[in-house]
Amino acid sequence: MLTRREFVKNGVAAFTVSFAAPAFLSDLARAQGATGRNLVVLDLSGGNDGLSMLIPYNDAAYYSRRPTLAVPAGQVLQIGSDSSGKALGLHPKLTGLKEIFNQGRLALIQRVGYENSSRSHFSGTDIWSTATPGSVQGAGWLGRYLSTLGPLDPLVAWNTTGETPHALLSSSVAVASIPNVTSYAFNSPNTGAEAALERTSALAIASHVPVDRPQIAFVGTSAQAAMATLDRVAAVGQYKPSATYPNNGFGQALQAIAGAMAKGIGTRVFWVQTGGFDTHAAQDTNNDAGAYARLMVSLNDGLFAFYSDLRNQGLLNDTLLLSFSEFGRRINENGSRGTDHGAASVMLAMGGGVRGGIFGTAPLLTADPQNPTLENNANDVHYESDFRSVYARVLDNWLGGDSVAVLGGNFRKSGLEFV
Amino acid sequence: MIAHLLRRAGFGASPAELTAYSKLSYGQAVDRLVDYESIPDTVDANIAKPGFVGMTSRGPFSPNTVADDARQRWLFRMVHSERPLQERMTLFWHNYFATGISKIAARVKGENATRLMAAKASEDPAKQRGQIELFRDSALGSLRDLLVAVAQDPAMLIWLDGNTNTKAKPQENFGRELMELFTRGVGYYTEDDVYAAARVFTGWNLNEPATRTDASGAFAFVYNPNQHETSAKTFSFPIYADGGRTIPARSASAGMQDGLDLINALAMHPETARRVARKLYAFFVSETSTDDGFIGALADTYLRNATAIKPVVRQVLGSPQFADASASFTRYSWPIEFVVRALKETGWTGFSLGSTLSPLISMGQELFEPPNVAGWTLGEGWFSTSAMLTRMNFASTLAANQKFNLAAALAPARGSAQAVVDAMLARLTPADLDNAVYAQLVAYAKGGATWTGSDAQLQSKGAGLAHLILGSPEYQLV
Repeated sequence: MLTRREFVKNGVAAFTVSFAAPAFLSDLARAQGATGRNLVVLDLSGGNDGLSMLIPYNDAAYYSRRPTLAVPAGQVLQIGSDSSGKALGLHPKLTGLKEIFNQGRLALIQRVGYENSSRSHFSGTDIWSTATPGSVQGAGWLGRYLSTLGPLDPLVAWNTTGETPHALLSSSVAVASIPNVTSYAFNSPNTGAEAALERTSALAIASHVPVDRPQIAFVGTSAQAAMATLDRVAAVGQYKPSATYPNNGFGQALQAIAGAMAKGIGTRVFWVQTGGFDTHAAQDTNNDAGAYARLMVSLNDGLFAFYSDLRNQGLLNDTLLLSFSEFGRRINENGSRGTDHGAASVMLAMGGGVRGGIFGTAPLLTADPQNPTLENNANDVHYESDFRSVYARVLDNWLGGDSVAVLGGNFRKSGLEFV
Repeated sequence: MIAHLLRRAGFGASPAELTAYSKLSYGQAVDRLVDYESIPDTVDANIAKPGFVGMTSRGPFSPNTVADDARQRWLFRMVHSERPLQERMTLFWHNYFATGISKIAARVKGENATRLMAAKASEDPAKQRGQIELFRDSALGSLRDLLVAVAQDPAMLIWLDGNTNTKAKPQENFGRELMELFTRGVGYYTEDDVYAAARVFTGWNLNEPATRTDASGAFAFVYNPNQHETSAKTFSFPIYADGGRTIPARSASAGMQDGLDLINALAMHPETARRVARKLYAFFVSETSTDDGFIGALADTYLRNATAIKPVVRQVLGSPQFADASASFTRYSWPIEFVVRALKETGWTGFSLGSTLSPLISMGQELFEPPNVAGWTLGEGWFSTSAMLTRMNFASTLAANQKFNLAAALAPARGSAQAVVDAMLARLTPADLDNAVYAQLVAYAKGGATWTGSDAQLQSKGAGLAHLILGSPEYQLV
């Protein structure tokens, strides 16, 4: 997987220059942020089994190819049929998402992927992150979008994981990584005036840019960014949500995002990740204690709390959440009650501006090598929509950007009018 | 350069260690580090003794069954071992084979997960040797032998689902990662190779105790002939010296040889040699630059020595790429390296390793829990804003804890603020400071009150300086 170090090797000089006049920029950003739309990208990492999330409950092949993992037809949360007439339902644990679907604010986009789908977590993630399958060493797609916005504030993007994801990397944009709002503070061994003196000195030391030692300069920019954002992040720490979020990392990350929106601190792009989707064994879709069922509970509860919180505060109309995963999973279950790495899968879009519904068409699951909706000897789901078409729709229609410039090509496609 | 050697081949040096090693020539110092079998392995006997760093446990200290106690034991070894390179290589292999304890705990619960990750065989009721102990024992041995041992390691069998790899439904996880992560790398194998590798390892299973959570139960690798898929397996790359790419069909009872043949081939492949050489280069020399010629030479040494790691490491430590003065402070420190070096240089008496566990998580490196099968993301990836802030805050915690020890050590320099700054910079080893940064430290030491050199002033300024220096960008390099 491309690492930040490999990426920034040539970009350090540009990187350090982006920290001019932070005070001015935060006013600018706040002005932009207060009225602008924002995007929350959710990474379901490990390879989400789309067939267990959006279920073709009338398809005999689904049941024959997944004897233990197929969800009984009577248990799915039916949401209607897609344009090919395929009846579909959500996993039984997604009751909150069903509610959002009923309100017309959830879109499910089927069979999203790309040609020559990689089954490597790392290559797959790099491809989804850069949107340039032929060359994954460069900036992330969101990093490239943010670069088009002009002079930027350190909090224009807020990453709730501890490490900057590839999708947000770019040589000209620094992204604040803030997994835990309350511990994002500057501590000192002394108190009072002595501590204040240390803080001033620490900032001065971090702001010094040695011209001939880019590595020290790089670390310095990270320290400066941390210190420049302390007070605004602390404000988010004061946020009192209007809904109860699950008490886990995912729930807390979504709560912080809602808080950042509510406090109007100017962030445009948020990144959140939840893992555990690499269900090679004991996927146990139908068992309450099973891995996949628990993943769906966590996803459902977090997203429903987030949706409710934003809706209660009138923030929903400005928010779009888009989920992706680095690949889907194999149609047949394996001998360990799990599934191996596959290809195309489902993307979710949720928010006040979403035109809810089912987009794309479900795969035919018959194990015939001639089946055009499958690949790899009819073992995996073949894509119908290139993932870049979904990105293009978000860039053009939601963010008001130029998808052709950001993605390096025209990936606009009809039939994906979810936003 | 001795200090540089100890920072990179160990975890830094306490003042006493620096004095001892400085009496050796560079070559002698390298030999002492690399040929560590000649030094007795007695570090664990010092746990809980006065004068050594402390630990905090809930209940009796139980490193074989409590994960946080095992973490602290390992950190204790990093701080105090007389075989620093062995602990360092153990950390290298932990990142290389990136096995996460929480998936193991989901199957066998916490006590057994800790046993499988970290137990010392001599102290375990069923003589279970944990994966980390396997790495310690094999730290500079042959990669081929280590791959076989890892393929049979109970923790790995659970982590990559080898325990469910059966003839009827071959499980691809281990076969894929063996080729993608542990040997040749992405692009040097095909999906068909993955299916073939899955079938090669069918029957390489795990015997578990009748109750998986039984904390004195035995877990052991077992080869199940009746679960082994016996047909021939063909690969896209050579398996045998004559170029043959097909592992022949064998009887079920002889079928374990399939796995040994594949591991032999993978371990000795030139792509594997290059990949291992690159990882060792990144670990000791630089994560942000490369040197194809040198890496090629290391790969040759690896192959000429039938996958032995010791000669490769010796070659790295003795090379100009490593030992030249320009190599100092050009590598980003891992969170573990930062924390251990800070302890060794600042002082540890009265400090508990329990206080490092939560900061290490926030810095992005929790022992036994690499983020995914590829290990930790290295280099600049360590320095997100929150991770850097956590390093600065750990510096604050350590400085506050060591306030009185530092003040005592600084007493001879109490004549002036600048002398105190110089004394701190002699004790802690950041990269060379630009004049502007040095001036900042002196301005801080002088700031706020007239200089008297009193004990109280040494305590507050000493702690403040330790905080500023340990938290500086210059200290994050090694």
